[in-house]
Amino acid sequence: MNRFDYVRPASIAEAIAAATAPGAAYLAAGTNLLDLMKGGVSRPDRLVDVTRLPDLDRIEHMPDGGIRIGALVRNAELAHDPDFARSYPAVAEALLSGASAQLRNAATVGGNLLQRTRCAYFYDTAGACNKRNPGSGCDARGGENRLHAILGWSEACIATHPSDFCVPLVALDAVVEIEGRNGRRDLPLADLHRLPGATPEQDNMLQPGELVVALRLPAEAARFARHARYVKLRERTSYAFAVVSAAAALRIENGVIQQARIALGGVAARPWRAPQAEAMLVHRAPDAAAFREAGAAALADARPSGDNAFKIALARRIVARALALAAAGTPEQIPALPASPFAIAPGAMHDA
Amino acid sequence: MGQCMNLSLSLTVNGVARTVDLDDPRITLLDLLRERLELTGTKKGCDRGQCGACTILLDGRRVNSCLALAASHDGADILTIEGVAQGDTLHPVQAAFIAHDGFQCGFCTPGQIMSAIGLIREGQAGTDPERIREGMSGNLCRCGAYQGIAEAVLDAQRTLTHADRRDAA
Repeated sequence: MNRFDYVRPASIAEAIAAATAPGAAYLAAGTNLLDLMKGGVSRPDRLVDVTRLPDLDRIEHMPDGGIRIGALVRNAELAHDPDFARSYPAVAEALLSGASAQLRNAATVGGNLLQRTRCAYFYDTAGACNKRNPGSGCDARGGENRLHAILGWSEACIATHPSDFCVPLVALDAVVEIEGRNGRRDLPLADLHRLPGATPEQDNMLQPGELVVALRLPAEAARFARHARYVKLRERTSYAFAVVSAAAALRIENGVIQQARIALGGVAARPWRAPQAEAMLVHRAPDAAAFREAGAAALADARPSGDNAFKIALARRIVARALALAAAGTPEQIPALPASPFAIAPGAMHDA
Repeated sequence: MGQCMNLSLSLTVNGVARTVDLDDPRITLLDLLRERLELTGTKKGCDRGQCGACTILLDGRRVNSCLALAASHDGADILTIEGVAQGDTLHPVQAAFIAHDGFQCGFCTPGQIMSAIGLIREGQAGTDPERIREGMSGNLCRCGAYQGIAEAVLDAQRTLTHADRRDAA
């Protein structure tokens, strides 16, 4: 790990001032950043510790019925908040399917949004990676790339965004509150992460010094609570990143879908919303045929970036599975294996 | 705004107030415990947050101490494996690990026990074996003693729940 200056500002304004200089990085729990620093992948000159900033650790109910989550709220605290889990069950399930209990106890909401890809070539400082070292090339293209992107990738970068949390959040129109030198601004979470294009070194739309201070879910997001699930396929039962995941949320009245929300994880450099698939479900009966068609529509633009064509077929099925589980109804309690397609649950389509 | 150089940390470690002067901001809580406070019960396995051997309770919550920057945790209350027994009386989780053979080489055991204590305190798993296994998935055991570990945690959970009921009565 390189040497760095450590500063602990007392206010958001001080933090922004301290983090605007080149080479500065915000430190929250550090569960991703310290790992990257130990590997020499990130080499900040200055860490700006935001963990003592006031008022960023609250979960607030808004007058308009929405919810506002401070950037320093811990992943576990949010997932286990009874009101939150009842109103946004797919988000709670996604949180509990991520990482381990130890990491969820430490990791923050803001840090989860801004975590870096787990592409092995991004982590391997001996190899070429355009995200870590712009212009150096992409060793993933000719390397082990079974788990890489199938949507939105470029010749420069085929990495995926690893967050589970972001997937249902994008489906539910979450908004990120960002503070910078010029004040506070709102950005839809769907617009926070960048596709790689020719500049994969830029993960997101944040300007230097900008700080994520909160996340909001609109009141409408809670209207899906009765039919909302997250499904995540992993290479082992627990404590692994998604090969492919999907969030599905439905509003069903009199046996007819009124509104659908679908997003995928593990498939692109951003959590991937599927608006065409959502639109085609409206006014349909919630049945297997409709869900298979939605799965196909969600992956219509997918193409393999390497030895990962299997992920396209897999993702279609995970979308259909998530929709079927959502249609069957949100369970009273999050399953013992959150988001696992192998959990025994009503509505599961084991041959989908 | 405080520069960290020569930052002085005040911590409570296993109930004892400790002051540590840091001359380098890079030190993690894991290294601070092992190298500065000579509490080597907390183990360094992967040092990257993947194995759970370094699990401690930080302000009552189980975390990976290898991914916690010490400078960021001034004022913290830390519980390590050295602090869980009452004199010669083992913590119920320690006793259960012995009773159920929840280890072989023992390297992961302090982290397993701290994680189990954290899991039971969180109160989310109850006595559902599947929830206990899922709740312990952040702790790897390369000897593969998982069967005994899961039984020990389940047993300790029952013992502690009964003790709570007795205390309440």
